[in-house]
Amino acid sequence: MGMADLHSIAFMLNGKSVTADVDARLHLADFLRHTLHLTGTHVGCEHGVCGACNVLVDGRSTRSCLMLAVQVDGAQVETIEGLTASGQIADLQEAFTARNALQCGYCTPGVLATAAELLNGEKPTREEIRDALSGNYCRCTGYHAIVDAIETVAGKRQGGAP
Amino acid sequence: MTAALKTGASVPRRNAARLVAGKGRYTDDIQVAGLLHVAFVRSSYPHARLKRIDTRAAEDMPGVVAVLTGDDLAKVCAPWQTQLALLPSHLSPPQMPMAQGEVCWQGEAVVAVVAASRALAEDATETIEIEWEELPVVADMAAAAGADAAVVHSAMASNLGLDHTISTGDADDAFRQASVTVEHTFSFDRQTGVTLEPRSILAEFDPRLRQLTIHHSHQVPHQMRDIFAAQLKLPLSSVRVVAPDVGGAFGLKLAAYPDEMAVAAIAVLLERPVKFCADRLEAFVSDNHAREAKVHGRMAMDANGKLTAMDVSVVSGFGAYSAYPRGSVGEALQAVHMVAAPYKMAHLRGRVRGYFQNKPPSGVLRAVGQPIATTVTEQLLDLAARRLGLDPAELRRRNYVDTATATARSAGGIVLAELSLERCHDRLLQLMDYATLRQRQQMHRDKGIYRGIGLAAFIEQTAVGPTLYGAQNVRASAQETCRLTLEADGAIRCATSITDQGQGTSTALAQIVADALGVDIETVEIATGDTQLTPFGGGAWASRGTALGGEAALRAARKLKESVLGIAGALLQTEPGLLKIEDGRIYNTASPLPQMSLADIATTAYFKAHLVALAELPSLEITESFAPRDLPYVAANGIQAAHVEVDVELGTIRVLDFWVVDDCGRVINPLLVDEQIRGGVVQGIGAALYEQCIYGVDGQLENGSLVDYLVPMASEMPDIHVAHVQTPTSATTLGARGVGEAGTVGAAAAIWTAVNDALAPFGVVLSEQPFTPERVLDALAARKD
Repeated sequence: MGMADLHSIAFMLNGKSVTADVDARLHLADFLRHTLHLTGTHVGCEHGVCGACNVLVDGRSTRSCLMLAVQVDGAQVETIEGLTASGQIADLQEAFTARNALQCGYCTPGVLATAAELLNGEKPTREEIRDALSGNYCRCTGYHAIVDAIETVAGKRQGGAP
Repeated sequence: MTAALKTGASVPRRNAARLVAGKGRYTDDIQVAGLLHVAFVRSSYPHARLKRIDTRAAEDMPGVVAVLTGDDLAKVCAPWQTQLALLPSHLSPPQMPMAQGEVCWQGEAVVAVVAASRALAEDATETIEIEWEELPVVADMAAAAGADAAVVHSAMASNLGLDHTISTGDADDAFRQASVTVEHTFSFDRQTGVTLEPRSILAEFDPRLRQLTIHHSHQVPHQMRDIFAAQLKLPLSSVRVVAPDVGGAFGLKLAAYPDEMAVAAIAVLLERPVKFCADRLEAFVSDNHAREAKVHGRMAMDANGKLTAMDVSVVSGFGAYSAYPRGSVGEALQAVHMVAAPYKMAHLRGRVRGYFQNKPPSGVLRAVGQPIATTVTEQLLDLAARRLGLDPAELRRRNYVDTATATARSAGGIVLAELSLERCHDRLLQLMDYATLRQRQQMHRDKGIYRGIGLAAFIEQTAVGPTLYGAQNVRASAQETCRLTLEADGAIRCATSITDQGQGTSTALAQIVADALGVDIETVEIATGDTQLTPFGGGAWASRGTALGGEAALRAARKLKESVLGIAGALLQTEPGLLKIEDGRIYNTASPLPQMSLADIATTAYFKAHLVALAELPSLEITESFAPRDLPYVAANGIQAAHVEVDVELGTIRVLDFWVVDDCGRVINPLLVDEQIRGGVVQGIGAALYEQCIYGVDGQLENGSLVDYLVPMASEMPDIHVAHVQTPTSATTLGARGVGEAGTVGAAAAIWTAVNDALAPFGVVLSEQPFTPERVLDALAARKD
């Protein structure tokens, strides 16, 4: 690999600025996991179906396997590590733990990215939660507990009864 | 103060808080200095001879350290062969980490490139030239069974790998005497587990110590240690296998896979750390598959709706090799032996044949064969109910086996004891308001809305003991062991042979130990998944973790408590029988004040043992093992129900509602048990409605991506209502039965009976799983023609 293949990027990652020279073909998930050692983002299919690699890019849940690292130049990226550190999804994480809304945990960071985005809007119905989760495969739970946990947090955030 | 008992409480999983923070430590997350990466060239042909492999260009590619073939790895790795002592006709040829001379399925590994990164390794694989000579392909089971069929592997004399019969009573006579007989043909498409974390392995070999350390996304590290040692000709004590966090397993991660053996062999050969993580595309063609079967079933009833006989013929697809070391026959055998297990039935004739095919090997997938037997039985019961003009629930109610106390055998030889089918049934009908649903069904039909209600009673084999594999001479341990240590700081360390891929079994063990000892659950540390840190045992398979690993833990905790109280009695000059432990402190039953803490006991025993006035100091490290030896397994039971709506114009099926009443004996943690059931149910729904490995007659997988292989998504799954009947098993002091497979055993059957109930007005009975829209519409069209 010659230098010609490398591109300089600068972006905000979990609230801190990052600059890097990245191979043009490197996708964001591999960049996060193997270059930056942020292993909370998981790779499940590398073709944009399973959602295990979901992160937030400029606030939108995004497949980090379908995005090249060079494409985040100038963007704001939040991974599970940043979402955890900032405390912004602490209520979701607590609800997932209390409701056992995860088993192997492999899909969970991606599910939480989707849920974080969903709960920025109006309080969703159960059906809307299920629709929003359709881009996140979970092989262990059967989804029911995940829907419960998100619904509980949605209710609490609106100040209503859970 | 008496702490509330943890056993039976919904204690959240201790690992969950770590996993929701993205702090899982899966195999690919582990960093090792100097790590190399493996990418495989896999066969794109289902059957071919390897004429020539040219790796020269690959060797010169950037970052490439080695390019290796099966011949290279033969220097360090011995061949293995699946052999089952009781089934000598199940003949699978010897296997090597990579094909030598002949490939037998599309996806079989042929060449390994070892490079500085996975990307560089993949770049190099593209330069490798292989000259193939295509050989005849035997893909589907009918082709494999043909009299003139080519053989799947040139070392095989025949593709037939199993021909097994069972005969109980006199089925022919029972069919002659029957008032009603029904029959149906069933087809179950090949499925695969689709663990969200694909198979992964990291192997490190220290040439100075000649020690092999393997981090492996796997369910049974002790089994794999045994296998790696044997194949790589290392002493057992020189091999350590660690299963870190595992991203889904479902039985798929029970086998010894050739490409994973290759990675271990490469580490030994190169004396360098190497890693391989299957990508999704290669997972589809290299993970073990399951379920492929065709069944013809007949059922006989008397005029009162009493089930008298079944006659079942199963054909099962094995793939190219028998899975190592457990074989590929489990699916087929269970499919026959488990039929009608929940019902009184005197006569059964069953035959099962299994064929090798030029497809990936078939192996274990959650519930192994039991979903097939349950589907065949339950669908035939519904067909019989229609012929008898009886309600399907009433028909089942008349036929449940009565084993409230006694031990009995089903016609298929399944050992049953202490069941609760009638109670589960009654609870289910109440939970789902069955009568109301039936009334509304007719109202909906009148409006052209086709809804169906399906029931499926089931028996789940759990807590499987040593007779299953021990009798086959397969080295898969059914014993579970707990080593319980009182640490010097007063905490408890529980090292267990069971492994936990998210089921929560390690939390269940902490609950059991905390209660039995009388300590705060937060002081109980669980060590699992590391052959160096844990005692020998089975791991995670056949719904055994809490039932058997929990029993070993309970026994160890009781003994440790005896040791602690013995020492406390000596120090306090009190009869141990007058002492108790609560919240980690020793109390005299006569006084509300704590006398000393567990830390005091440990400190005294470990550093000042001369103060203990006992001839022998009781051990504060206890190891207890358990395996059921009087019973082959502990049967659990339950019943499931599905409510579905079929769109007869589009052929689509919506699952409106789903209910389960399960009896897994004593429930240690309802929160975790319910989610085991729900997760299992959704895998069963996936099987019935979506999941299929589509192979052409040429042996090519046509849908090997997650875009094309459908798994259940959140938006199409229903809420799943779960309730319990608790009948503790007397096979253990703990009383817990297993539950890990319960949902999957019965869910597909409930979907079958529900969908076919919805289609009853059309006189259509579907027979091919999964029920794709195309199949639904084809069946409706065929009837209209």
